[in-house]
Amino acid sequence: MSAIELHLPALQVVLPLIGAMLAALTRSGRLAWAIALVVTWVTAANAVLLVIQVMNSGVPISYVLGGWSVPIGIEYRVDQLNVFVIALVALLGAVVLPYAKRSVAHEIRPELQYGFYTMYLLCLAGLFGMAITGDAFNAFVFLEVSSLSTYVMIALGRHRRALLASYQYLIMGTIGATFYVIGIGILYLITGTLNFADIASRLPEQMDAFGRPAMVALSFLTVGICLKLALFPLHVWLPNAYAYAPSVATALLAGTATKVAIYLLLRIFFSVFGIEISFRTIPIGQVLIVLSVAAMIIAAVIAVFEENTERMLAYSSVSQIGYITLGIALANQAGLTGGLTHIINHAIMKTTMFLALGAVVYRIGTSMLPNLAGIGRKMPLTMAAFVISGLGLVGVPGTAGFITKWYLVLGALEKGAWPLVAVIVASSLIAVVYVGRVVEVAYFKSPSAELADVKDPPLSMLLPILLLAAATLYFGFDTTWSAEWCAQIATDLLGGTS
Amino acid sequence: MIAELRTVVDLGPFANISPGLTLIVGALLVPFLSGWVRSAWTLVLPVIAFAHLMLLPEGYGGHLYVLGLDLVTLRVDDLSWMFGVIFLIATLLGMIYALHESHWLQPTVGLIYAGSAVAAVFAGDLMTLFVFWEGIALSSVFLIWARGTNAAYHAGIRYLVIQVGSGVLLLVGLLIHHNATGSLAFNALGLDSPGGLLMFVAFGIKCAFPLLHNWLEDAYPEATVVGTVLLSSFTTKVAVYALARGFAGTDILVPIGAMMAAFPIFYAVIENDLRRVLAYSLNNQLGFMVVGIGIGTELALNGAVAHAFADILFKGLLFMSMGAVLFRVGTVKGSELGGLYKSMPWTTAFCLVGAASISAFPLFSGFVTKAMIMSAAMKEGYFWTWMILLFASAGVFHHAGIKIPYFAFFAHDSRTRCKEAPWNMLIAMALAAVGCIAIGSLPIYFYQLLPYASSYEPYTTEHVITQLQLLMFSALAFALLMRTGIYPPELKSINLDSDWFYRRLGMNLVEGVAGLAAAVGASFGSIVNGFTTTLGGVLHRHIGPDGVLGRTWPTGTMAFWTTLMLGAYLLFVYLS
Repeated sequence: MSAIELHLPALQVVLPLIGAMLAALTRSGRLAWAIALVVTWVTAANAVLLVIQVMNSGVPISYVLGGWSVPIGIEYRVDQLNVFVIALVALLGAVVLPYAKRSVAHEIRPELQYGFYTMYLLCLAGLFGMAITGDAFNAFVFLEVSSLSTYVMIALGRHRRALLASYQYLIMGTIGATFYVIGIGILYLITGTLNFADIASRLPEQMDAFGRPAMVALSFLTVGICLKLALFPLHVWLPNAYAYAPSVATALLAGTATKVAIYLLLRIFFSVFGIEISFRTIPIGQVLIVLSVAAMIIAAVIAVFEENTERMLAYSSVSQIGYITLGIALANQAGLTGGLTHIINHAIMKTTMFLALGAVVYRIGTSMLPNLAGIGRKMPLTMAAFVISGLGLVGVPGTAGFITKWYLVLGALEKGAWPLVAVIVASSLIAVVYVGRVVEVAYFKSPSAELADVKDPPLSMLLPILLLAAATLYFGFDTTWSAEWCAQIATDLLGGTS
Repeated sequence: MIAELRTVVDLGPFANISPGLTLIVGALLVPFLSGWVRSAWTLVLPVIAFAHLMLLPEGYGGHLYVLGLDLVTLRVDDLSWMFGVIFLIATLLGMIYALHESHWLQPTVGLIYAGSAVAAVFAGDLMTLFVFWEGIALSSVFLIWARGTNAAYHAGIRYLVIQVGSGVLLLVGLLIHHNATGSLAFNALGLDSPGGLLMFVAFGIKCAFPLLHNWLEDAYPEATVVGTVLLSSFTTKVAVYALARGFAGTDILVPIGAMMAAFPIFYAVIENDLRRVLAYSLNNQLGFMVVGIGIGTELALNGAVAHAFADILFKGLLFMSMGAVLFRVGTVKGSELGGLYKSMPWTTAFCLVGAASISAFPLFSGFVTKAMIMSAAMKEGYFWTWMILLFASAGVFHHAGIKIPYFAFFAHDSRTRCKEAPWNMLIAMALAAVGCIAIGSLPIYFYQLLPYASSYEPYTTEHVITQLQLLMFSALAFALLMRTGIYPPELKSINLDSDWFYRRLGMNLVEGVAGLAAAVGASFGSIVNGFTTTLGGVLHRHIGPDGVLGRTWPTGTMAFWTTLMLGAYLLFVYLS
């Protein structure tokens, strides 16, 4: 095994960190972009190699930082679950970057552009770190790294309201992180260790003596992480953050940030506490189901009334996150498979849609629904990608979204939870309405005179959009790398602990 | 007979591909073509698909293994073959009718829509059926939206939600069915399991069962000239096929069908929009087919299939003639038309053929198909059903046979002068008219195509005389009512149907509520309407952009909720 292969886990985090520093030193938007481009693609390749390595080894890869052995030192631990999330984040981060050049040049003042790319890389480093580390406190550090860089990216938005959105997210994100760190602190007091695997092995024997504090820790962790993943009703920071951030930042965050938070929740629920403790002692599962259902329905209805299409998609994200948490809360093979698959499917679909809207903003400077009249005729390829992803959100067969709903319905049926099936159905129907509204305006209204010269964006922006739209269709047919992989991960998560 | 038609030609890989897919894939080319090449392609494509169908061997094909399920995407047997044939004929007629369209959208989605319908009837398993069931919904809505009016947009959204809802019910139903039986094969399903029940409702929505029917009368008249013609051919007939396949002989279908045949009559009589009259009449004809499926004997099923076949032709013909009027005059309101026979003689003639067919005049197609269902009802002892169907037949003659041509082409002269319909519309109507007469005059050949061997003889003295009596007295009644002025005049009015329950009408009471049925509906509906208005208000107040849930909260409120969530969890811990 070559030296590089040995250090893949570390490189995954270190590369974007170094890239961020270099980008900061350049003080030039173009150079910073070039560095970010190289770094994101190399990291993506690194992630793919990591996937191969994990697949081949069959057992989790443990990487000990600085030679300090576990549990004293920090361990990077790569298994199927987090390599899946890492690969998703890395690939999305790489696909979005070619698009970023023109969009960022259009939306952000020239002297600030290098800062954007710095934050972009820093955010990726934080997300990779959160996913890859086997150390609870280290995860907190990376959580803060990704969050702080995100606040900056949002604040760079073209709209002045971006500042308020960023500030609100800052407050809420900090509360969430604080809750997380309190939870970890309690666990440390109980078990005397910060390593996830170590906590997991020591916790059961302490449950008799410290059962209640452990549950308090779980409560803090759950609420803290649910804030980061924007579970209803802790989602209110999200719509503005998404709507007013630069288009590129929105596309990146929608696909990755909430997904990594979901990973952390899975890790806590299934690996650290174990399914028995997580869902049986206090009704976390039931609460999660109720909140997921509320998210799926209420957020979708809010999306129907939104005139700002980016806010509409943001509310749709809240609704779709409900699908993922529902799958987690069902905690059976099919449900969990559905939830995990939706992590990737939703990431792809929503990133496509935000990129498409970003392209519209690039061309006409706004994304308000009435201004999109006839845009389907002027930007046919962009809007076609938007519609394909929209059909995916609805769950039309042949798109990735259908696969997810299929497994979720199976999971709900397995539980005998009829009302949940009805909720999934109802939420899909509401999605028809909010996607349909955009389709109607974009295709059946006549374009105004201002749109006369509008056409599809340049190739560097168009290709990532089309690529991701194609992925939506691809994952609707071939599920080897989505549902089948996720089914295996779900089996591991459920089998390893129950 | 059918086996003889299928010459043994090796189709190679195409023997495993549904003719529906041929249409869908071919349709994707249409936007990239232009001018006469596009026109030619839209005509050649249904012909290719038809040849494809003729050469397909009987039996199962197109096996796929997806998501851990064995799918059979192609099943050619007598029943599906019959529907495939008429669908492809209707596609060709629709494409001829659409030749004057200069924009690519309608031919393209029309072909995708038709292809989905064809692929749905050849589906050998429920999953494939579901996929194309949704395909039908998603493609057809563009035929409504393409009208470009605000009313069409809203009707389209309602149509889409209901159709997709039907698909989702089907999906849930088939999942439960799959869980219970381990099989996805699309054969007799039965109502005794929850899965079967859900699928029954899903089919029922698409078949426009009473109280599930409003989408039809709501959306079809709002579609484009070409769109309505295509819509009338496919969506509901796929549902008829699905019912015949899954629920043949299910008793409950007999009263459902009888009700369907009877109640639209009242609405059709008082309706002013002539395409909406036809939509009600479509619903009423579906009732006959549903009764046939419910009776479930070979004669009855033959009758249902034959009537579906004939209905696609004559109802398509009637919608084509009204479409031509809409195209030339710009309206199909009965109150604004009249005397058009001078301007549009050919259209008038074809419309009369369609009217005679739907009214079941001897020598026209309705006579030889509807009679099979009626006879089956009588033979199996469904006397009251038979009576209702008899009443419905008189009603059909009344509103579709007389009212449509009378108000559009004769009645008082509206002094509208326009050009005759475009040549392509005339050709399409002529072909459909020939089909109607051919089936009615030479039923022997037509009967040989039916799924079951048939010895039915429509032209008995008794049958002819009964039918003529019925028609004559019905005509007499119309004449008398018109003469004495009792007949509900053509008013500019909107009739209330039970879709009031889900459509929030902001107006006080709809102007000029006509007829008793509507009046009853209104008094009952106003209560419901009040409720839905309130509900809509509540929704918008709380969820709209300025509502509590839709607007941005102050940071403190967000933090408060977070704390509340934590508190809730801690309470659980405390209580545990």
